[in-house]
Amino acid sequence: MTERIIQVDALARVEGEGALYVRMKGDTVEKVEFRIFEPPRFFEAFLEGRDALETPDITSRICGICPIAYIMGACQAIEMAWGLEVTPEIAALRRLIYCGEWIQSHTLHAVMLHAPDFLGLHDAIQIAQAQPDLVRQALRLKKLGNTIMEVVGGRAVHPVNTRIGGFYKAPDPEAIRAMIPELDWGAEAARALVLAFAKFDFPQDGTDYTFVSLVDRDRYPILQGRIGSNRGLDIDVTRFNDHFAETHVSHSNALQGRMRDGSAYLVGPLARYANNYDTLGPTVQATAREAGLGRVVTNPFQSILVRLIEVQYACEEAARLARAYVPPVPGHIDTPPRAGVGHGITEAPRGICYHRYETDADGRIMAAQIVPPTSQNQPQIEEDLTRVVTANRHLSDADLKCRCEQTIRNYDPCISCATHFLKLRVDRD
Amino acid sequence: MANPKLAVWKFSSCDGCQLTLLDCEDELLEIAGKLDIAQFLEASSAVTEGPYDISLVEGSITTPHDVKRIKEVRAQSRVLISIGACATAGGIQALRNFADVAAFANRVYARPEYIDTLATSTPISAHVAVDFELRGCPVSKHQLLELITATLAARKPHVPTTSQCTECKAAGTVCVMVAQGIPCLGPVTQAGCGNLCPSHGRGCYGCFGPKLNPNAPALSLQLADLGLTPPQLRDLYHSYNAAAPAFDTEGRTHD
Repeated sequence: MTERIIQVDALARVEGEGALYVRMKGDTVEKVEFRIFEPPRFFEAFLEGRDALETPDITSRICGICPIAYIMGACQAIEMAWGLEVTPEIAALRRLIYCGEWIQSHTLHAVMLHAPDFLGLHDAIQIAQAQPDLVRQALRLKKLGNTIMEVVGGRAVHPVNTRIGGFYKAPDPEAIRAMIPELDWGAEAARALVLAFAKFDFPQDGTDYTFVSLVDRDRYPILQGRIGSNRGLDIDVTRFNDHFAETHVSHSNALQGRMRDGSAYLVGPLARYANNYDTLGPTVQATAREAGLGRVVTNPFQSILVRLIEVQYACEEAARLARAYVPPVPGHIDTPPRAGVGHGITEAPRGICYHRYETDADGRIMAAQIVPPTSQNQPQIEEDLTRVVTANRHLSDADLKCRCEQTIRNYDPCISCATHFLKLRVDRD
Repeated sequence: MANPKLAVWKFSSCDGCQLTLLDCEDELLEIAGKLDIAQFLEASSAVTEGPYDISLVEGSITTPHDVKRIKEVRAQSRVLISIGACATAGGIQALRNFADVAAFANRVYARPEYIDTLATSTPISAHVAVDFELRGCPVSKHQLLELITATLAARKPHVPTTSQCTECKAAGTVCVMVAQGIPCLGPVTQAGCGNLCPSHGRGCYGCFGPKLNPNAPALSLQLADLGLTPPQLRDLYHSYNAAAPAFDTEGRTHD
């Protein structure tokens, strides 16, 4: 039988360094590896012995695209360990800056990194030559996300104004109010992008995913809720390690997350959407309906639409929060350190991101554990690749390679995060 | 005349400095009109072969493979510019330089034998000649645009090497150390972030690395007077630019 190998040595339009290897014998896929060769950086190791107050700033350096996810997860965990509760005003301001991260990260991925696949182009610059207005709108939307991060956090990459207990300085109400007209525009612009991208020719695909996300009955989950799934999982964030485990495989510098029974699961926009559709609100749900999406989306190629639907939600939510903004006084809550264990989970743009720390009585980190979304999605990405390669084995090697890369980009994988990620090789036998 | 060819390369890093280029939303399409983006894997699947007129390099060198790769990048680049604290000083991951990396691998990975890594994280300049180093964790968007503009015009970029204190004075920010007793690395840290931390009521934590000719021992005496213990002093210097010589040395004296 002929052996067929499909291989990508350095994936483009993903954050970080990854590769893909697929080996087929006849019509059977023998091996699929989503390889992460981004070098390891050992965050959990060098955090040990550091002052817990440093954890938000240090862990933000895991990822330049989603620093807020790390900052907020670290804050929640240390605050739990030390018995600190933030005020509703601080919690609202945290939700606002997190909306900024969703807007900039999702827009970057959907329009600049993922959309070229559906248009048969190499990058957003090529899209700009054919559809300049579309790219200008997307850049304006991305800039809006960054503006929120700058106004609340001081800068867009690795913000400085966030800390354990709250914020160094409460943002000026005038500066917060000044964002409202652009946020109202942003919600409309995101809606227009969803409806434009809904006309893409999506490959037929789908499976019965295990969707895992935070679940909250009252508000679409960003910084709050229990860990839930479409298969009845409903646990407190402190029980993450009872249900999920990370394993180390030879082809990757990232640990892979699986359920304790060994099965793969999916985190990110598709999971949040399926588990929390009711709290998206009527205007966002209307956009989803007009784009032809049901309450649950199981075609991973349509994740680009769900991501942009979340951008609409984040703009609407940020506008609500900006209108209701009351500067927190004081800007942060101080508390003496104590020996303890704390857990934090927030919805990073790519899915749940888990932190667990132990501190001693002086507030030093004794143990650290960080589980980013891309680590959790890796086994599911490999299962998706096996399914997509099997269904598309009639394609030429070049076309199959493109389809595989697109399958990976469905997850907006953040390789920098996963190592705290990929090359494609397909071997056909 | 053809546009100059720009390449963007990534080594060990968080992607934040490359992202800063994509964060130039108002200028990005204009830049793309004046430069041929020949290699920028994070943003484009189109790759043009070298040589390249300008290479921007993000990240530090932490694997044997990357030691070879940076030499290949240098050989193909007319101008090579390292961007960000990882590329200019080794980054936060240079904290391994003060520890046993095998113990680190054992701590994080169940199968450390799968991990191929060097004992140190080093800046690009430790391996190849670098034409300009742009500081920051992350780099400043304004400085990055100035650097690209200056390089295209073949002039020296306006990137000050003075201390963060000069940015506080220029902005009218009251000194957080003098007025509130907040420990601050501003006197020994290079300006360029835009006066961020002090203007938010916190002390500078040195993410732009040491200024030209810093007097860190004198600052450490002041910081000790404010109550910082030797381990706190060590950790203050040993963070995002831990392996920058001035911060490396001063941190070790408090170990």
